[in-house]
Amino acid sequence: MGASELNTLQYDPKLCIGCGMCSIVCPHAVFAQNDHVAQLVYPDACMECGACQRNCPTGAIAVDSGVGCAAAMMRDALTGRKEATCECG
Amino acid sequence: MSEPDGRPAHPDIQPTTSTMALADCWDHVLARWGVDRTEHRVEPGLYALGSPAADSPVFVTANYTLSFDALRSALAGIDGYIMVLDTQGINVWCAAGKGTFGTDEVVHRVEATALHDVVDHRVLILPQLGAPGVAAHEVKSRSGFKVEYGPVRAADLPAYLENRQATPDMRRVRFTLRDRLVLIPVELVHILLPLLIATVVAFFLGGPLASAGVVAAVLAGVVLFPVLLPWLPTRDFSGQGFILGGVAALPFAIAAFLRHPDAAWWLRAGRALALLLPLPPVTAFLALNFTGSTTFTSRSGVRREMFAYIPVMAWTFGIGIGLTIVLAIVRVFGGLS
Repeated sequence: MGASELNTLQYDPKLCIGCGMCSIVCPHAVFAQNDHVAQLVYPDACMECGACQRNCPTGAIAVDSGVGCAAAMMRDALTGRKEATCECG
Repeated sequence: MSEPDGRPAHPDIQPTTSTMALADCWDHVLARWGVDRTEHRVEPGLYALGSPAADSPVFVTANYTLSFDALRSALAGIDGYIMVLDTQGINVWCAAGKGTFGTDEVVHRVEATALHDVVDHRVLILPQLGAPGVAAHEVKSRSGFKVEYGPVRAADLPAYLENRQATPDMRRVRFTLRDRLVLIPVELVHILLPLLIATVVAFFLGGPLASAGVVAAVLAGVVLFPVLLPWLPTRDFSGQGFILGGVAALPFAIAAFLRHPDAAWWLRAGRALALLLPLPPVTAFLALNFTGSTTFTSRSGVRREMFAYIPVMAWTFGIGIGLTIVLAIVRVFGGLS
C-alpha cells in the first residue's frame, strides 16, 4: 500500500533526516520541505520515476519505479521480459 | 575509448561553443524525424565552454546531441566545463530511467576525465531529470564530488547560477503545446508503414470511405490527440482516444449511411457501424501508446489503464472488422450494392 491509491510511493517520515533531496529531485512537487522534515504533499502526482528513492540517503522512501509507457509494457508482455524499459530515443 | 587504468594522464578537453551551427540545426531536424534514432551522439568526455578556469562550474549531461546542445546553448556567455556521460545517444531523463545516466557512469567519467586535476572545487551540476539514475550521496562518497541538481530545463541555468537555487517552477516538469508538437513527427514516421498497409487493406474490404476513415482515425491519435491532450475530457488516455476516435469516425459513418439511400436500412446501418466500431479503438490504442511520451504518467497508472481498456479495444475492433468482412462478402456474393 502506498500513500496514494494511484501509485506505489511509500514514505516513512520517521526515517527522514530533513536533507531535502526528495523535494529537490521530484519533478512533480510531490514532496515539500516543512519544519526540516520532508512532507508528502501531493502523492497522487507521483509518476514513479524513482528519483526520490534513489537520492534518499536513509531509505525513507520506497517506490516501485519504472516507465509509464504502454508500448514498452506491451512489448515486454509479448517478449516475456519482466522489467519494462523504454527503447525510444 | 580505451582507458587501461581508468585515468589517463592527460585527458583531452575538447573546446565547444554556445552557438548552433547549421549542421547542428539539421541534426536536430533529423533527430526529431527519427532518422538514425540512436545515432545523434556526442563523444563522451570533458568539454570546455568559453575559457573555463579551475574554479569554473562543471555541468553534466547525456551524449545525445539534443541534450548537449540544449545545455551549451543555454550557457551562452558562461565559462564552464561540460562533462558528457556515455548514455548511448539517449537523452538525460530516459537514460536516467535506464540507469545509463547513473551513479556508476558519473563516477567513472569523473575518473576517466581526471576531473580532480582539472578543477579545484568538488561540485558537479547535474540536470534534475538525471536524478532517477543518480544517487547524489553515493557519487559524493565514491568520487568526492558533491552533486547539485540544477533546474529541469537547461534554459533556466543562467537564473539558477545566480544563487545556485532553483525556484519551485524550475523544479517542475511541464508538457507544453510546443513540447507535445515536437513529438509528432517521430510518431508519424513510426506509424507510416502500418498506416499504408491498413489503408490498402481497408480499401479492398470497405472501399474508399473505409480507407479515408483509417487515415482520419490514425491522424486523430497521432496528431490531434497530443495537441488536444490538456483539454480532452476524462483523465485516462484510452477514454480520451475513444472519444476523439468516435468524433473522427462519425462523418465517415454518416457518409456510409447516406451513400445508398435505396439499400435496405440494415445494410446502411451495418456499413455505418463497420466504421464506427473499429476506428475509435485504433485512435484509443494510439492515445494509450502516447503515455510513453508524456512527462507525468506512472507505471501503475498505465498498467491499470491497459487492463481496463485493452479488452474493450480488442472487442470493438474485432467486432467491427468481423462486420466489415461480412459486408464485403455480402457485397461480392450477394450482389447488394
